[in-house]
Amino acid sequence: MTAKTFQMDGHDVPFEEGQSILAAALAAGSYVPYLCYHAEFKPHGSCKVCTVKVNGRTQASCTTPAREGDVVESNVDELNELRKNLVQFLFTEGNHFCPSCEASGGCALQAVGYELGMTTAHYSPLFPDRPVDASHPDVLLDFNRCILCELCVRASSLVDGKNVFSLSGRGITKHLIVNAESGKLADTTLSVEDKAMSVCPVGVILRKRRGFKAPIGERRYDAHSISEVAVAHPEDEAK
Amino acid sequence: MTRAAVEIPTKKKLRVATTSLAGCFGCHMSLLDIDERLVPLLELVELDASPLTDIKHPGPCDLGLIEGGLCNADNVRMLRVFREQCKVLVAMGACAINGGLPAQRNHLDIRDCLQTVYLSGHGVERGFIPNDPELPLPLKQVHPLHDVVKIDYFLPGCPPSAEAIWQFLTDIIAGRTPHLGHGLIKYD
Amino acid sequence: MALNLSAIVARHGGDPSRLVQILRDVMDAEGHVAPPVITALASTLGVSRGQVEGVVGFYSFLDSEPRGKYRVLFSDNITDELSGGHELRQRMLDAFRLELGEVSRDGLVSIGATSCTGLCDQGPAMLVNGRAIARLTPARIGAIASLIRGESPMDQWPDNLFVIDSHIERKDLLLSTPLSPGEAIDAAIARGAAATIDEIARSGLRGRGGAGFGTGQKWAACAAAHGGGPAERYVVCNADEGEPGTFKDRELFAHYTDLVLEGMTVAGFAVGAQKGLIYLRAEYPFLFAPLLAKLEERRRAGLLGRDVRGARGFDFDIELHIGAGAYVCGEESALIESLEGKRGIPRNRPPFPVTHGYKQQPTVVNNVETLAVAALIAKHGADFLRAVGTAKSSGTKVLSVSGDVARPGIYEYPFGVPVARVLEDAGARDTQAVQVGGPSGILLGANELGRRISFEDVPSAGAFMVFDTTRDMLAVVENFTRFFAHESCGFCTPCRVGTTLSAQMMKRLVAGKGSRRDMKDLAKVTQIMKASSHCGLGHTAGNPVIDALAKFRPSFDRKLRSLDVLPTFDLDEALAPAREATARDDAEAHFNEEES
Ligand SMILES: Cc1cc2nc3c(=O)[nH]c(=O)nc-3n(C[C@H](O)[C@H](O)[C@H](O)COP(=O)(O)O)c2cc1C
Ligand code: SF4
Ligand code: SF4
Ligand code: SF4
Ligand code: FES
Repeated sequence: MTAKTFQMDGHDVPFEEGQSILAAALAAGSYVPYLCYHAEFKPHGSCKVCTVKVNGRTQASCTTPAREGDVVESNVDELNELRKNLVQFLFTEGNHFCPSCEASGGCALQAVGYELGMTTAHYSPLFPDRPVDASHPDVLLDFNRCILCELCVRASSLVDGKNVFSLSGRGITKHLIVNAESGKLADTTLSVEDKAMSVCPVGVILRKRRGFKAPIGERRYDAHSISEVAVAHPEDEAK
Repeated sequence: MTRAAVEIPTKKKLRVATTSLAGCFGCHMSLLDIDERLVPLLELVELDASPLTDIKHPGPCDLGLIEGGLCNADNVRMLRVFREQCKVLVAMGACAINGGLPAQRNHLDIRDCLQTVYLSGHGVERGFIPNDPELPLPLKQVHPLHDVVKIDYFLPGCPPSAEAIWQFLTDIIAGRTPHLGHGLIKYD
Repeated sequence: MALNLSAIVARHGGDPSRLVQILRDVMDAEGHVAPPVITALASTLGVSRGQVEGVVGFYSFLDSEPRGKYRVLFSDNITDELSGGHELRQRMLDAFRLELGEVSRDGLVSIGATSCTGLCDQGPAMLVNGRAIARLTPARIGAIASLIRGESPMDQWPDNLFVIDSHIERKDLLLSTPLSPGEAIDAAIARGAAATIDEIARSGLRGRGGAGFGTGQKWAACAAAHGGGPAERYVVCNADEGEPGTFKDRELFAHYTDLVLEGMTVAGFAVGAQKGLIYLRAEYPFLFAPLLAKLEERRRAGLLGRDVRGARGFDFDIELHIGAGAYVCGEESALIESLEGKRGIPRNRPPFPVTHGYKQQPTVVNNVETLAVAALIAKHGADFLRAVGTAKSSGTKVLSVSGDVARPGIYEYPFGVPVARVLEDAGARDTQAVQVGGPSGILLGANELGRRISFEDVPSAGAFMVFDTTRDMLAVVENFTRFFAHESCGFCTPCRVGTTLSAQMMKRLVAGKGSRRDMKDLAKVTQIMKASSHCGLGHTAGNPVIDALAKFRPSFDRKLRSLDVLPTFDLDEALAPAREATARDDAEAHFNEEES
């Protein structure tokens, strides 16, 4: 049986029935930038950083099933510019001060910014007021950096069976909430072993007293860019 | 964008001004960190106003490098002088680009900050909020440079590495569009 | 007054999918949904607390914090604005010494803004505790302020305050063909389900809600879903009518109720559904009671319920769902999420609602007008519709005409009618621009008035807002960008951030503080939203900006200062708090005119 394939940037990419364009591309060693996708969860397609052109139409590659014979464009200037702009939107919307962030060096948002050659967020920063939640004995939540990818929401609900995290608000006021009347993480059932602890692609959900564990130079994206890391161990990267 | 860079005559020395607004001089330290390359660099550039020269106000320059964001009225005024005088203006470092560490006060009410620091704070007796017209008033929020003037290039990093600064300057001097290759763009 | 939560939950059968309806009832009883109520509701309904809180946080008309005892919301559509709505709002704010969005200290009143309330033919309009008041004047505002001050219960307010006028100015095929209740259902039953779908398809009926999808094709797909085998199927009537400037569904439900319900029943028969759901926007409270009464009447007459019209096995009933203030819930998949009691986030498609809709079952979602037309086709046959309109747009279109016209109201025309004809009939003079189809539609300039309303040329979901030459088109577009920023559901990055950035840039441009960079960025942001957004809201949110940049460029240029870049914030104002704290007012403590 010959594998089904589609074409991406001139190369044949094999795929299994039902596989998304993004998953197939990563498995085949072709990097497509992404942020809200995670191999273990059903993709929901909110960040749009993985946008590609499928037969000329722009679509999120993580939610678009691959089809035999599709012609996909991905690593082209027009799309990389679009992705860079979306990353700039995310930086503009939150408060990202990388020098004082524990996730720096291991952060997917930052690494995708490097990958796309972003040197400035360009737009006027929104500087939202998002107080941190330090109530939990072992975990700190710094909402300033949340990119609303819902990975923690999905992990807590589907893997941990706890629904510790949810979203509230709408539009630009959309925000992450925790499942407690007090609104405090300490009053939820979150524990450090939870899957939800390990899926945040940025620096929101942090183990206390573990900050800046990896020295500069040995952090996840120090030696290798995210485009290399993501295709070297696609499964691992998604974790 | 590249127009100004291209106009720079190769024989004449590049006139460069630098300043630190709401910054920590870290970017300037990194500039000095280009070490032995500093000597050949100084053959190609001539420093105008800069913390390194003690000239306060820049004259007409080819290039302005600004470290730090906008925290007070003086920062804004100095930035505008630089914009007027410099053909090419560069936001150097995280604070110039997004406000950086000082901008982490942006969710606080500046009135409360002044009151806490000068009036009600721990150990303050008979305090008063300094109101000398010589002192610049703080802005409600700290802003990046591009919120007020046109910025031609952004050189990220906290501070940008000496390598990145060198790469950037050599591109400008050679009349190329500066391009930070892989590994030279860092936000931390 | 203790909140009887269990009674409310019981009234809705303890069904979590009725969460939005339950929360509406809590709002009515308490004025807000307090955190302990959220906790209690979550445990009674067996869902996570975060889910309930998330729903409360999503909808404009659900609050988790106390608002005023009288919650006043001024409609913020451009037509309200142009007819003096902002001045009246300011008058009322001044009367109570409040800022917009603020609650008075005694908790008596809160005054805010809300997206278009669909009373554009009789604006400015407002909602007080959910009840609509139209034709606002300084005198009316004064009267309302005293009623509030006197803490007069709302059911004792003078009835005339709540009168909603009807202006049906031009009737064509749909509005002038009489139909007795049951006639269309009988005809459909006589013809058979499959033949009814064929008839609808042959008529060329296309959806009137915006996208213009073939109705016959949609019904056929629903009927055929899951191999055409037995499944729970649903017919949803989309009466969310959130597109600013649209109020034709309001009039259809007010005066052609039977026709719409008949259309739903025909659809139910044709696709094999047992249940119909009406998703009616909360802004039309004056329709609730009459509609429920009409449903009851039709049940009694055997037009709903078991064996409808004596057709053995055709059981069909209709349930009313009321929205809670979210334009995006007009998008069919977000609407379904909302019907299921969730946040109104558009789903990933495929699968489409015709195969996986309400409760993952095959579902037809149609606009109010589409269903009304379908009823007439069932009775009179496909050719009845085909005889009118154009090649690709058979039939007529009901337009909601508002703005700078002498006679705002409802106008029905055969498809293909030139825009100029509508303007003439409605008494428009010195027209500068017409926004057809609402903010997400098309902005036409004065040189395009010969264009025609049809799927081939200028499609319209019903809105037709007219602006004469005295209007600042920049201010019009700014209102629209504000609307989209307020209504973005926030799911996807491009629309969530892009709508807010565009609204900010438009605000600067209108104020004469915009720069060339803002113009460039505006074009870029719009482009990004169009290319990468998740749903129609984001795809179309940039339309007014794109159109205005192309057609009203001089309006932008007039407001532009020569500079490439201007400060994105008001410099002098940024010093105000520090001036206050230091009591300084010297020259250095300000940015002068020239500097700012
Ligand atoms: C943001 C948004 C809002 C919408 N609002 C409405 C609406 O209020 N009423 C409506 O009938 N369709 C609305 N639609 C279109 C619906 O998604 C859907 O296409 C329509 O209800 C199908 O009915 P039709 O085929 O009869 O037109 C909206 C679409 C979007 C993207
Ligand atoms: S989350 Fe990532 S991008 Fe944001 S501040 Fe931390 S390192 Fe920087
Ligand atoms: S906290 Fe992290 S994982 Fe959760 S939504 Fe925010 S960015 Fe995503
Ligand atoms: S385009 Fe806007 S409304 Fe639609 S899903 Fe994205 S954020 Fe929500
Ligand atoms: S990774 Fe595909 S939309 Fe986020």
